[in-house]
Amino acid sequence: MNHLPLIIKREYLTKVRNKSFVVMTILSPLIMIGLILLVTYLSQLNNNKVKTVAILDESGVIKELFEDTETTKYHRFDNVTLENAKQISKEKEYYGLLHIDELSNLENISKHVNFYSEDSPSLTLISDLEFKLGEELTNLKMIEEDIDLQKIEASKISVNINQENFSGEKTSKIDSMTKIAFGVATGYLLFMFIIIYGNMIMRSVIEEKTSRIVEIIISSVKPVQLMLGKIIGTSLAGVTQFVIWIVLGSILMVVLPLVLGIDLSQMQTPQQQVLQQAVESQGSGDLLQSIFFAVRSLPLLNLVIAFVLFFLSGYLLYSSLYAAIGAAVDNETDTQQFMLPIIMPLILAVYVGGFTVIEDPHGTVSTIFSFIPLTSPVVMLMRIPFGVPIWQQVLSLMILIGTFMFTVWFAAKIYRVGILMYGKKTSYKELIKWIKY
Amino acid sequence: MNNLLEAHSVSKKFGNFTALNNASIAVPEGSIFGLLGPNGAGKTTLIRIINQITMPDTGQVLLDGQALQPHHIKDIGYLPEERGLYKSMKVGEQALYLAQLKGMQKTEAKKRLLEWFERLDIGDWWNKKIQELSKGMAQKIQFVVTVLHEPKLLIFDEPFSGFDPINANIIKDEILRLKNEGATVIFSTHRMESVEELCDHIALLHKSNKILDGNLMAIKKQYKTNTYEVGINAENHGVVERALAERFSTTAADFRTIGNELKLNVKLSEKDTANDLLSYLTTQGQVSHFVELIPSVNDIFIEAVKNN
Repeated sequence: MNHLPLIIKREYLTKVRNKSFVVMTILSPLIMIGLILLVTYLSQLNNNKVKTVAILDESGVIKELFEDTETTKYHRFDNVTLENAKQISKEKEYYGLLHIDELSNLENISKHVNFYSEDSPSLTLISDLEFKLGEELTNLKMIEEDIDLQKIEASKISVNINQENFSGEKTSKIDSMTKIAFGVATGYLLFMFIIIYGNMIMRSVIEEKTSRIVEIIISSVKPVQLMLGKIIGTSLAGVTQFVIWIVLGSILMVVLPLVLGIDLSQMQTPQQQVLQQAVESQGSGDLLQSIFFAVRSLPLLNLVIAFVLFFLSGYLLYSSLYAAIGAAVDNETDTQQFMLPIIMPLILAVYVGGFTVIEDPHGTVSTIFSFIPLTSPVVMLMRIPFGVPIWQQVLSLMILIGTFMFTVWFAAKIYRVGILMYGKKTSYKELIKWIKY
Repeated sequence: MNNLLEAHSVSKKFGNFTALNNASIAVPEGSIFGLLGPNGAGKTTLIRIINQITMPDTGQVLLDGQALQPHHIKDIGYLPEERGLYKSMKVGEQALYLAQLKGMQKTEAKKRLLEWFERLDIGDWWNKKIQELSKGMAQKIQFVVTVLHEPKLLIFDEPFSGFDPINANIIKDEILRLKNEGATVIFSTHRMESVEELCDHIALLHKSNKILDGNLMAIKKQYKTNTYEVGINAENHGVVERALAERFSTTAADFRTIGNELKLNVKLSEKDTANDLLSYLTTQGQVSHFVELIPSVNDIFIEAVKNN
């Protein structure tokens, strides 16, 4: 008798109707978007405060170097001593005082520049000052050495390498960025999915054990069926939750800023700046359009198919392990010792994916990790946007599916024995013994 | 009488531990069969094998003459010793789910459930969650779920644990009613007293071995020692005692009476009958007490374990 649909239906409905599940589904995007808005708002608030920096230049090298900006104003002291300047800066609550001592020659100027402030100054401000001073002084030095500045300016050549692969497809920095974004997004998605819903499966197995209903169920259905039903039912609930999150999140992302009047484009991440620069240097101007073309140039069909296959088998592999753990223990606190071997490869996969793959998608480390079954789903998904030969994908998938079938068999064994073991603290040794039962 | 269930030389090992060693039982159709033994004797293992939860290492189990197959689960109703229900699921929904797992149609299951709920006075629990019910109430639901699909074979593992006396009685009556309607019942317990009043047949398990089985009355006959408990009022207790000891083998007995008579256990030899003893006693004094000692299941069990 096939009870799988019945079990899946029950698992799905109990998960979806669960109050905390409903609350989490609705609240999570609210909290996430709320946090993003809060951070944006706070950073705007932070930047809006105008800083005044006092300058005491006893050397006379900088004249009109520093111009007031929206957030920083400069106040020049003339004919005061350093002590007085400090005193005044403190009284007027200036952000700080930049002091350039008298100097005999330009070479050892670095020893003669000081910045005084109440608290330690912000890093960006200091590096900004350093950059401007350095540039100005270099120019001064060149003039001193009788070098024609205009000639230097005229002889500067800007290079922007056009990338093209052997079969003639053009690539660019935007393309790489898009690939990284795709890879990281899919990799993290799988990671999150495994952690959240794997845990949910484990808890639901433990619940059946602690409520002692499992023996009644097992007298009607095969343990493997129950296990698969749980995994599939919970996953469907997970997909439902994810879809609601995405839809709700997108709506909120658009509606909330309008209502609250916060400009999200103010929040620029470093990556965005790099992207912006890349676009500008290419001269194509429109960021959105470039991204659109970059996405179009991705191996989309391959990506979608690989995503579905790797996501499914990777997720099933991990969730059957979670189910086995749930069956092996009596309560959630006992799960710790078994969790480590599951979490470790996952974290490793994300790290390898996050660093190595982005650095060199086809390097030895990335390639090897995209074949090891416990890390391959995440790492391979991150590699695929960069173009992985089909044979590698197929081989990796075969290994993954092979391992997945072995794990399900193994987990089912543990599950079958474990669910009927009450009140015992299980060790690894015991688990090995169960396989032989 | 046909045997509904037969187990032939069933063995099961867990690692180095032998849970069941070559056990065979035969459960006659329409009987209440007591599967007895102390904790850890292998009762639950045998029951799980019958329920196809665990597979035997060797041996075979036949239901209705057929080797056990997956479809047989709908012919069996099982109430495990470790039992419970989904705490956060509603009573009705949960009972329907479990009934469907046993292969029942939803509409049929619902109809029968409502009948049962009415009979056991639990009609208005349909939309309550299990966690809102008391333990005894949950046990009642569990009982209903076990018998709902009207299986040929019912297996109860310690059915009365967790019930108060009133509800235990209700359940006992229901078990007897089901038996009268034709169901066969396997009843596993280590409480011998409930066996006395319910079981027709028993099997004793001890340390993974079956040490005794058969019809309860036949076993009692086999284990009775032809001993009679006797109370007699005579002028001189000592004289009567000596005279009796000459003809029969006697030991001192201890039972409660209102008088001050001589109390003895008298064991008859094979050629003597109860009438011989009684007529002899009447010549010695006033007989106030004369009962044949029938061994209790408990006595038989202890005896059987000792002989093994």
